[in-house]
Amino acid sequence: MARHHVTATVNGDAVEFLCETHQTLLEVLRDELRLTGTKEGCGTGDCGACTVTLDGRMVCSCLVLGVEAEGKAIQTIEGMAVGRDLHPLQQKFLEHAALQCGICTPGILVAARSLLERNPDPTASEVRYWLAGNLCRCTGYHKIVEAVLDAARELRGN
Amino acid sequence: MSTMIKYEEKDLKVVGTRPLRPDGVDKVTGRARFGADYSLPGQLIGKVLRSPHAHARIKSIDTSKAEALPGVKAVVTRDDFAEMPVEFALSGELTVNFHDVTRNMMAREKVYYDGHPVAAVAATSESIARKALGLIEVEYEVLPHVIDVLEAMKPDAPLLHEEQYTEGVTPRPDKPSNLAKRMVFSRGDVEAGFRQADVIIEREFNTKPVHQGYIEPQACLASYTEDGQADLWTASQGHFVIRSQCAKVLQMEVSKLRVMPTELGGGFGGKNNIYNEPLAIALSRKSHRPVKMVMTREEVFRATGPTSGANVRIKMGCTRDGRITAAHAELNFQAGAFPGSSVAMAAMCTFTRYDLEHARVVANDVTVNRPKVAAYRAPGAPIAVFGVESVIDEMAKKLGIDPIEFRLRNAAREGTQTYYGPKFGPIGYVQTLEQARAHPHYSAPLGPNQGRGVATGFWFNIGSETSSTINVNEDGTVTLMIGTVDVAGGSRAAMAMMVAEELGIDVDKVRPIIGDTSSMGFNFITAGSRGTFASGMACVAATRQAIDKLRQRVAQIREVPVEAVLWKDGHAVPAGGEAGQFAPMSLADVAKVAGRTGGTIAGHAEINAQGAGPGFGTHIVDVEVDKQTGLIKILRYTVVQDVGKAIHPAYVEGQLQGGAVQGIGWALNEEYVYGDDGVLQNPGFLDYRVPVASDVPFIDTVIVEVPNPNHPYGVRGCGEVPIIAPMAAIANAVENAIGIRLCEQPMSPPRVLKAIDDAAGAKA
Repeated sequence: MARHHVTATVNGDAVEFLCETHQTLLEVLRDELRLTGTKEGCGTGDCGACTVTLDGRMVCSCLVLGVEAEGKAIQTIEGMAVGRDLHPLQQKFLEHAALQCGICTPGILVAARSLLERNPDPTASEVRYWLAGNLCRCTGYHKIVEAVLDAARELRGN
Repeated sequence: MSTMIKYEEKDLKVVGTRPLRPDGVDKVTGRARFGADYSLPGQLIGKVLRSPHAHARIKSIDTSKAEALPGVKAVVTRDDFAEMPVEFALSGELTVNFHDVTRNMMAREKVYYDGHPVAAVAATSESIARKALGLIEVEYEVLPHVIDVLEAMKPDAPLLHEEQYTEGVTPRPDKPSNLAKRMVFSRGDVEAGFRQADVIIEREFNTKPVHQGYIEPQACLASYTEDGQADLWTASQGHFVIRSQCAKVLQMEVSKLRVMPTELGGGFGGKNNIYNEPLAIALSRKSHRPVKMVMTREEVFRATGPTSGANVRIKMGCTRDGRITAAHAELNFQAGAFPGSSVAMAAMCTFTRYDLEHARVVANDVTVNRPKVAAYRAPGAPIAVFGVESVIDEMAKKLGIDPIEFRLRNAAREGTQTYYGPKFGPIGYVQTLEQARAHPHYSAPLGPNQGRGVATGFWFNIGSETSSTINVNEDGTVTLMIGTVDVAGGSRAAMAMMVAEELGIDVDKVRPIIGDTSSMGFNFITAGSRGTFASGMACVAATRQAIDKLRQRVAQIREVPVEAVLWKDGHAVPAGGEAGQFAPMSLADVAKVAGRTGGTIAGHAEINAQGAGPGFGTHIVDVEVDKQTGLIKILRYTVVQDVGKAIHPAYVEGQLQGGAVQGIGWALNEEYVYGDDGVLQNPGFLDYRVPVASDVPFIDTVIVEVPNPNHPYGVRGCGEVPIIAPMAAIANAVENAIGIRLCEQPMSPPRVLKAIDDAAGAKA
């Protein structure tokens, strides 16, 4: 079966890969590009563990085909920290104990960054509804919401 | 011989603080490697063919076409696994029988549920493996099936196991049945107790099976070499037990199999058992290539977990002044395809929060055509407690007694004799009730269609086999080797904190690692809230052994008797008195010269930890019921729990919050839905709806600390108690909101609406 040649960027780096028509962006990231920070929890777009951004738009990478990434800029959890500096969301997740097992954490961090880019000053309720597509089975969400609100405060500079 | 280390009150520098977790940076950057994140060169992908039938006899399996497909390297079926005799082993809080384990991982004579494995394939790609599954021809003789527990108990019900005669009844039944086992736990004379009662309430409750719902599907990678050795990477709650079970069913020597624990993406009891692991090893053995197997979410729902659905009957009596005189329960639990549900644990937790002279619990373990149930956080307790705490609330209301006051009048305390065995030592149940009553939440005003509910929970907590090693490195830092999986709660951090406290050094000088099965002695599964209790005790014992060696080394270097050397605040110092004076040495000082003064310094502990401290919790919840849609909204939630000692309070809060929200999901939405054909209709997160962030409020927590006398820092364990009370607390809140008592779980909008309509119909 002929494979498709795709050119894109991942976290700012140019990448090329070959993929089968049916392969999802999630499979390409994990199996072809070996970026396993993006997780598969369901494969049907229900859990949000595979959340990445595609040209700045938040998507479930399990619902996007690899070929659809042609010419696009993909951002994953691996690109969130800059050098030695964790993103404020990452730092606040650590400080607030907002993660336990950590399998949902990459998707939630990518989704939360997407929220704060659009709404730098969300209410707790807005955080909860924005993250309603990201399942976490460990934390009960309490500390996640606190961490996102605290990171938003820090990013706003107060 | 068992080990207990007595609690000592002392000034603490590390324990009780909130350092960042050692696994944290890896988890926020995507570096942490979970089961599916491991790969090996040349690996194959394994997939499983599963039964489409709820119950059928397998007449034949023909794998020849699949084997002939290019890219397919191995196919395994029942013929590749040995028959196993009846032999029991502990697996988490439940017991497994290898006769059944081998049948559950790969069907032999019959398939017992939709999703039951029938064959497995390893191929060079996932798409080829999937294609090969479609080429396997299985001839089934479809049999009648039974899904519901009460239906399964009827004399003419379809029978799963022709050789299953009910255990625990005399005389032995003359016919086989789906009732695998009956157990009775009893104290006093229940009939006499009911004769003393002024108020007797009897109710029946039904709950649905719910799944543990970990976000990481089961995943493993196996590599079997030509000399009969195998490596296995798997996401489990206990890699030593996975090793034992795989070695048993594959007839391997234990030492030939090395199991590496991966980071675990949630388990909650559901990752105590083997599923794909022996299949991956068998496929690797046959193909001479590494084999990776990752379940889909649909497979997770159809073939792993869940916990039991159940039918529960509760009868309780009390006097006019609110003293319980008798309590009786009958618990009918679905075990799934093979016997061994959590009903015995549930039976021992049913009334245990109360000081009862007369109590009896009858527990029935019933096989049905569903996946074999697995443990789920305080296995079984929430189901039984839902009924009991509902009845207690009804009694209190009938007598006009405040529900917390009613519970206080009957509460178990130190010295209370339980109906199932032990007499309680120091416990904190009363404190949780009193602190709940004093909490501002309990007296806050409520609006229309809003109600407040209270309920309580008890869990044993356990100890068991545990090993640990600390190595003092040449620069005075410490590597801590732990053998119990950190099942997410942060036990690695807690263990490092206890070691740092013992040694008198900063916690960032201790690096905790979960060791593989070849690096230390056997460790039982992380289950029963035992991690921080039992493994913590082993870490403390290992550290104390290392401290003794440090003292001996300093005595040798400074030429003083060992009694003259005291370990204090990270230093060897003179013990004082006439013991002798010498210049103190720090841990780093000793470590630096350790090599040339006798060798590196390490401490080991291989223990069977005993003396786990029972945990109790009291929950308060406010709900609002939308009478138009039947939706129950959780407005406010408070968890008060005795944890003995919170080593890392933020992670303890996380356990209380996470457990409560799992309980909320159980109460409001989660359920397995089967069609008349016995096929699961909602094997995905779209239709099996776990709570999302917008479903729940902040969960307030109050940590009560009544130290466990049998742990050096007073730890009881805290992970399981918080899931027990939510179902009952929410049902009680709904009753207070709209005057209707719901006895069916989940309390989803259609059920609530029906209850509202039925109540209106009854009045009209």
